[in-house]
Amino acid sequence: MESERVRQDDGSPVPFTPDAVIEAFKTIPELLIRDEVLTTRGRWLDVDCLLGPSTQPFHLAIRAGRIVDMAPAPMLMRSWRFSYRATPAAFAAYWQRMPPAGWHDLLALTKRGQATLEGDLHPFMAHLQYFKDLLALPRRNGFGGAP
Amino acid sequence: MNGFIEPIIGRYVHVEIDGEVNRIYFEENGSGIPLVCLHTAGSDARQWRHLLVDDEFTRHFRVIAFDMPWHGKSNPPDSQYGTEYRLTTASYTATIRAFCDALKLDRPVVMGCSIGGRIVLNLAIEHACEFRALIGLEAADFQQPWYDTTWLNRPDVHGGEVCAALVSGLIAPGGPEVARQETLWGYKQGGPGIFKGDLYFYRVDGDLRGRTGNIDVNQCPLYLLTGEYDFSCTPEDTLRTAAGIPGAKATVMERLGHFPMSENPSQFRRYIAPVLHDIIDKQKL
Repeated sequence: MESERVRQDDGSPVPFTPDAVIEAFKTIPELLIRDEVLTTRGRWLDVDCLLGPSTQPFHLAIRAGRIVDMAPAPMLMRSWRFSYRATPAAFAAYWQRMPPAGWHDLLALTKRGQATLEGDLHPFMAHLQYFKDLLALPRRNGFGGAP
Repeated sequence: MNGFIEPIIGRYVHVEIDGEVNRIYFEENGSGIPLVCLHTAGSDARQWRHLLVDDEFTRHFRVIAFDMPWHGKSNPPDSQYGTEYRLTTASYTATIRAFCDALKLDRPVVMGCSIGGRIVLNLAIEHACEFRALIGLEAADFQQPWYDTTWLNRPDVHGGEVCAALVSGLIAPGGPEVARQETLWGYKQGGPGIFKGDLYFYRVDGDLRGRTGNIDVNQCPLYLLTGEYDFSCTPEDTLRTAAGIPGAKATVMERLGHFPMSENPSQFRRYIAPVLHDIIDKQKL
């Protein structure tokens, strides 16, 4: 419902609900299955990482570019090599078909303080385009009714 | 059309830079006012191929784009193989001036993008009388770093892939997909450590804060244009820089990022055409 959408005080550029952001993030494994090019791009990647909205990140196990497990954090004693967590507002903007300037790239979001990148960054940097495209997958569904 | 040959001509010119002859590859088309185009860090002059074949611009301008030493088809200087490449304000400035001198260009216009935009500011500071006009794309006196450049050249990360992936976010969304991929291809083809070496100028050696206030645009007009989606050199960076240079003209370009001339040539044309017309008009005065 439109009335449930919120504009946060941090100047988020598009309306969203935190729950909708989490639900959209949950669609990523299914969207990846349908993207053979992206899966192939990640064929050399095996990593356990923590990704998602800062309010509800997920543990992802990626093997040969495929997400073989995704579970909401926290999980008891589950480790990860790196994490990329962004505010729900950041994901809502990043998933627009035409994202607003400065909200259109994972590292634009870290530069503006809307996302944090932590841990051993090697798998993230060695597969940077894979992760940019992976986390952009919900854009295809027109998040929030985006045209 | 099968068999169509573009009017661009590519040649090599021998240019003495800092005491050593460099074999510099350049492409050109058109006649009139010399317009020298500088590519971005880690790429090469192919970024300018659309401007080079623009019928209207090449009626008034001799458009010239060259590969910097170590880039594209310009090899490293013979004495420098095996050394770590580092571009500096002094070496970049010397290269541009030597190239223009070697071609005997009469007060050319210089247009540079990114590091090319930054060095244009230095040309305006130190050598304005040698140029007819200067155009800085994605240019500012300084901008905040947003990643660690050591990731660009290490044996356990593919240099071409990481360079392209990093700059991919600087391209505005919604532009032509082929132009986006072609822009990134330039980064995938760069030599090892060259993008990083260019960024030594950008990040470490080329901080021009506090030096641009003395630029005299009456001696040499200065135009600054920056894409709204450039989060490396942001529109705010450019506008701040322009605000400190009396008479400098600054424009924020919609639906463009850090590589306007190659990522979306038709959109860029809308913004660069009035600038080039302005330069032509000034010649008539």
